[in-house]
Amino acid sequence: MSPLVATVFLALFVTGFGFLLVFVASILGPKTNQSKVKKMAYECGLTSDGADRSKIPVKFYLTAILFILFDIEIIFLYPWAVAYQDYVSEGAGWFIFSSMFVFVLIFIFGLFWEIKSNALEWE
Amino acid sequence: MDAMYIGIEIIKMVVIFLLMVQLVPILVWIERRGSAFIQNRFGPNRVGPLGLVQLLADAVKFAFKEEFIPGGSYKFLFLLAPVVALIPGVLAFAAIPLGAPFSLEPFEMFGNTWGPYDLKLQGYDYGIGIVFVLGVSSLAAYSLLMAGWGSANKYSLFGALRASAQMISYELGLGLSLVGILLLYGTFSFNEMIAIQDGPLTFMFMGKETIIPFLPNWGIFYQPLGAILFFVSVFAESNRLPFDLPEAEAELVAGYHTEYGGLKMNMFYIGEYGHMMVASALMATFYFGGYNLPFVTPEAINEMFTGMGFAFNGASLMTTLVSHLILMTKVFLFLWIFIWVRWTLPRFRYDQLMDLGWKTILPWALANTVITAFVVVLMRGA
Repeated sequence: MSPLVATVFLALFVTGFGFLLVFVASILGPKTNQSKVKKMAYECGLTSDGADRSKIPVKFYLTAILFILFDIEIIFLYPWAVAYQDYVSEGAGWFIFSSMFVFVLIFIFGLFWEIKSNALEWE
Repeated sequence: MDAMYIGIEIIKMVVIFLLMVQLVPILVWIERRGSAFIQNRFGPNRVGPLGLVQLLADAVKFAFKEEFIPGGSYKFLFLLAPVVALIPGVLAFAAIPLGAPFSLEPFEMFGNTWGPYDLKLQGYDYGIGIVFVLGVSSLAAYSLLMAGWGSANKYSLFGALRASAQMISYELGLGLSLVGILLLYGTFSFNEMIAIQDGPLTFMFMGKETIIPFLPNWGIFYQPLGAILFFVSVFAESNRLPFDLPEAEAELVAGYHTEYGGLKMNMFYIGEYGHMMVASALMATFYFGGYNLPFVTPEAINEMFTGMGFAFNGASLMTTLVSHLILMTKVFLFLWIFIWVRWTLPRFRYDQLMDLGWKTILPWALANTVITAFVVVLMRGA
């Protein structure tokens, strides 16, 4: 069985199991009259104020963008790392090291610029 | 590839899933007893021997809880989130080899001859095992966001935002801390990594092969810093204390699962414990020799059982079981560290958490990568 088929099978099985649990929970529990007050959002007993889904600090958005940039840079390192030993055993060790070292220098420069420009300061 | 083989594969997959789900109540029990002993209390000790049946009783109670869906919530997202929470842990766990392969001689059943089979004790074997596990386990952020956005509760929303920001931040450190071990092993496949870690500590020093006979050839001896950074990052990934800001109960009630109860909340817990199990199994596979004992190969175990008079199938089965138990021992050691740390350390502040991820773990992991690459070239004398 190819791994892809197996993965899809397992994912479908787990999803089915999960929906079964949700369904079982919905039929087994006691049915009571859920009043409007009971259905209110639980915010420490106070009446919920303002919109349900309030505005989100833009900080999280910035973090997500920075994450995507850095994650792509890390993904570039993976094939390099796996091919590294082959290059070293063929005597091209310093070539493969220095070629990625330039990239890592840019990576480090980006990280320090990001820290310097206070993009990572949280209150 | 015949009907019997496909049947065995499907059963294997279901067994791996059930193994993971069944470990959760045991872990909850260990966590409650362990925390009780750490805090000089008793913990659950009334229901059954050592309180073991307590978890069964809890599970039944969860199933019979009243269903509650808050008004103003997106019902579909609200119900989908716990289901999605289950998936990443299970998919990642099934990609990790849980024991030595199990070989079957041809055998007769249902009037046909089946086999021979070579069964791996893992759901599916991707050549790019690590990339698959990292990719799948980062899907967990979706379930948290769904739960937070679907609940129509400000605490849930902020818990979900914190959780996802934290997960993606520590994913960088997690991914980068593994580059060092990839440089040394030169493969993405878990099985090849475990094979590499056989035997005594062997490395090239100035172009000469050096052997340290009393130490096993484990990744931890090559990559101590990488192992520590990886372990810290997986703590944050699984939202455990000291990184459990998403559900900081003093500020956010319970974070993204504030509005959940009963079985649905339990499914989030299965997801969280699943993450811990995947993290522990990865630690064992990358840095502690996987399912092998130091200096003992699966072939040696197999020979021992053949010498004890087992047939081919029996010896192979015993080898698989023994190697599985070895892996599980290592996994439980790391799970115990997870629990131990949870009841020892206080929670970070959010800015401290982000600082640790971006300004400490990320630069150190980068330095680890560069130094490892440098040392590999230097040692190999190229």
